[in-house]
Amino acid sequence: MHTKSVAQLIQGLRERQFSSAELTRVYLDRIAALDTRYNSFISVDEAAAMAAASAADERLAAGDAPPLTGIPIAHKDIFCTDGMRTSCGSRMLDNFVPPYDATVVQRFRAAGAVLLGKTNMDEFAMGSSNESSFYGPARNPWDTDLVPGGSSGGSAAAVAGLLAPAATGTDTGGSIRQPAAFCGITGLKPTYGRVSRLGMVAFASSLDQAGPMAHTAEDCALLLNAMAGHDPLDSTSSDTATEDYTLALGNSLDGLRIGLPEEYFGDGLDSATGDCIRSALRELEAQGATLVNVSLPHAALTIPTYYIIAPAEASTNLSRFDGVRYGYRCADPVDLHDLYTRTRQEGFGDEVKRRILVGTYALSAGYYDAYYKKAQQVRRLIKQDFMACFEQVDVIAGPTTPGPAFALGAKSNDPVSMYLEDVYTLAVNLAGLPGMSVPAGFVDNKPVGLQLIGRHFDEARLLNVAHRFQRATDWHLRQPESANGGPA
Amino acid sequence: MQWEPVIGLEVHLQLATRSKIFSGSPTTFGAEPNTQASAVDLAMPGMLPVLNEQAVCYAVRFGLGIGAEIGRRSVFDRKNYFYPDLPKGYQISQFEAPIVGKGSFEILMEDGSSRRIGITRAHLEEDAGKSLHEDFHGQTGIDLNRAGTPLLEIVSEPEIRSAAEAVAYLKALHSLVTYLGISDGNMSEGSMRCDVNISLRPVGSDTLGTRAEIKNVNSFRFVEKAIRHEIERQADILDDGGQVVQETRLYDAERDETRSMRSKEVANDYRYFPEPDLLPVVIDDAYIESIRSALPELPADKRQRFAEQYGLSQYDANVLSDSRALADYFEQVVADCGDAKIAANWVQVELLGQLNRDERSIENCPVSAADLGALISRILDQSISGKMAKQVFEAMWQGEGSADDIIAAKGLKQVSDSGALEAIVDEVVAANSAQVQQYLAADDAKRKKLLGFFVGQVMKLSKGQANPQMVNELLANKLV
Repeated sequence: MHTKSVAQLIQGLRERQFSSAELTRVYLDRIAALDTRYNSFISVDEAAAMAAASAADERLAAGDAPPLTGIPIAHKDIFCTDGMRTSCGSRMLDNFVPPYDATVVQRFRAAGAVLLGKTNMDEFAMGSSNESSFYGPARNPWDTDLVPGGSSGGSAAAVAGLLAPAATGTDTGGSIRQPAAFCGITGLKPTYGRVSRLGMVAFASSLDQAGPMAHTAEDCALLLNAMAGHDPLDSTSSDTATEDYTLALGNSLDGLRIGLPEEYFGDGLDSATGDCIRSALRELEAQGATLVNVSLPHAALTIPTYYIIAPAEASTNLSRFDGVRYGYRCADPVDLHDLYTRTRQEGFGDEVKRRILVGTYALSAGYYDAYYKKAQQVRRLIKQDFMACFEQVDVIAGPTTPGPAFALGAKSNDPVSMYLEDVYTLAVNLAGLPGMSVPAGFVDNKPVGLQLIGRHFDEARLLNVAHRFQRATDWHLRQPESANGGPA
Repeated sequence: MQWEPVIGLEVHLQLATRSKIFSGSPTTFGAEPNTQASAVDLAMPGMLPVLNEQAVCYAVRFGLGIGAEIGRRSVFDRKNYFYPDLPKGYQISQFEAPIVGKGSFEILMEDGSSRRIGITRAHLEEDAGKSLHEDFHGQTGIDLNRAGTPLLEIVSEPEIRSAAEAVAYLKALHSLVTYLGISDGNMSEGSMRCDVNISLRPVGSDTLGTRAEIKNVNSFRFVEKAIRHEIERQADILDDGGQVVQETRLYDAERDETRSMRSKEVANDYRYFPEPDLLPVVIDDAYIESIRSALPELPADKRQRFAEQYGLSQYDANVLSDSRALADYFEQVVADCGDAKIAANWVQVELLGQLNRDERSIENCPVSAADLGALISRILDQSISGKMAKQVFEAMWQGEGSADDIIAAKGLKQVSDSGALEAIVDEVVAANSAQVQQYLAADDAKRKKLLGFFVGQVMKLSKGQANPQMVNELLANKLV
């Protein structure tokens, strides 16, 4: 059962090949057996999962069950879950049990999904390796000495390790796509505003977006169907109509124009990774797509722009963690100042502190114009670059990451080289566009991801391209040996 | 040296919305601590603000009420600072693009003269919670009921020149916002809180001196006292050749002095930047027109209309239009009795007098405008005399019923039957022949006085119910 896609599991449940309780049990047992290796979950509530599975079985028997009824799923530990700890990978929220569900969580509950548990992540989603988690790093099932990527590393590892058929992630600068690429799974970051941010612990409000992570594009479409839609309680969520994202999956790629930004195939790209990407593009070409060389002239400004805007927003989003109302509070504060400083000093990890400092600096009087305001201006230019490309092409393609997964510890003391991991993914968030990572090959048994970028609200087309690619390739079906009891 | 005070006021006005500006929590005053604070107000992780449209409507109403330019694309910003009663660690406010731009309104001085004071801007923001420093054994209690209450911060131009003008400004503002129905303006409950910026300069100078800001002065009286005190303090410093320090001061009502708030080690840097959780507020012509067309008549217009339409003195017109409730009351009385001058007199003297004595507001007046109108009608149709009417009014105030009920119950109806009155007059003339002789022998001035004696006798015999005017006429005819 655990090797099936969500689409296959839906069919199996409907055809009574197995019950949700049986299915859920399989995944819970796998988590118990294998997650000591992956550390992909922060919290698992077996009893709640089994209760939800039984309820799902009743709904399935009653015959009016919504599409995801009985499907086990894992949520990144950034989504608030009513009655279940939501740590955001931080000591600061280690004791935090929300009295409410995030809209995403609520929607999955309404769609009948069974929550297995909450997945590991970089602290407050700040990181590209999952190493900044208070709960220790999640590990890459393809090689547990490698990072799974981040920040949604736990979700990627859980899906790749077959501990969950699908998971949610969030992506502020690549946090769905990069771990999806590193772990050989499919991940979609929807258009900014497509999925509600309510109940998702905020990192950078103007960039954060939740999305699905699964083995196949079809599964991502099924999950997006449940997630997408306007939320009146999130003012930035879009009221653009949603669609059934599975409907366009089979469309032909004839006449599709795919833009290849020269900046994404330059010096920084690992050559073997580049080879995988080029061969994937040839496959798309073989299916009728036309490859067009395009340019994103401001691409070089992406990293500095992102690393001003995201920390600036984060620095104030994280002000609420002050030890006053919930979460970590330092022991025996002597006064208010002591309460604030020690709570935050002890509750936050280094990467979070680094970004709070950078962001606070960028917003400070006298620096605001030079940093934050300037970054917002460059952000507009970066967006315009994409808009110009989309006048020529329907989809932009390139590598998700400059190279495959790296070893644990390899970059953890070098923030800048860590930040460079996201060189191809950050701009998508700055422009608010939808982006995907699709398994596209291996380098030394390490997965490589093909990134697809679409127009605003053009998720259906991205999923269509990815689905057609997956019908012709089997990269997304490969399983790490460790997931089947083999060596890690 | 003669010093001229330069004063600007920042008023934080609580808008009378039912729910908070960014959450659905109620805004009712005086609830148990923290019973009106939702997950949004508590800044729980992942919670997001949603703008209350009513707050925008009220802000636009204010802007139109002062003839201001409405910000067509106003932006919310985060104002960052740490304080326990500020749950998010930032206040959502407006910095660069406020919803209301430059405008002005008229203030009325005690002597009846008026002046226009410019408004620099007004912007929407959320209130903080309250820190309670008592009753917690050395700790501080936090009540977040107020957190997220919508505020309109109204910033005046530095055009105010005295404590009296500052008070007049606040009174006019209070009148304006209650007319507009956007705030209850209740200063004792903190619905209108005032920060005063004040500096002195030599009379005739154009440059501004160094200012001090006095925080949170929360009654008309305290504003006046705090400003007077601060003017003296600064003048003393300047007269001694010293320099005023730019600082924030607190007014201590008990000691009647301002004192420096603990000086901050570093200047506040609020790190304002646009709030990414909210979209800019885009306001179009149609929206503005829909609000403009529903605007009530404003105090300045009403004052003028009262004077013209009802032939009132400017003073009377000012008093009667002081609050919308009083003005509405007055107009209802006029509509019911048909005589504006008598109505104006009754409302100002009897009604306001009683309200003052009982420390009641017009909203809690026990005598309705319709009832007062009916009472005045009884004077006008000569059913009762003005003097009796005061008795009747007293009884109405005590809740004894309508004017007609009380007149009937107490047998106060005026005798206007000329036959009956003539009989009484005859009786009085016959019984007082000495006085009749005096009267006939007297000059005009003395006659007038003696006539009063006869009227008094008639009233006595009629138990006060005789129509005085008819008595006068009858006596004039008999005493020849």
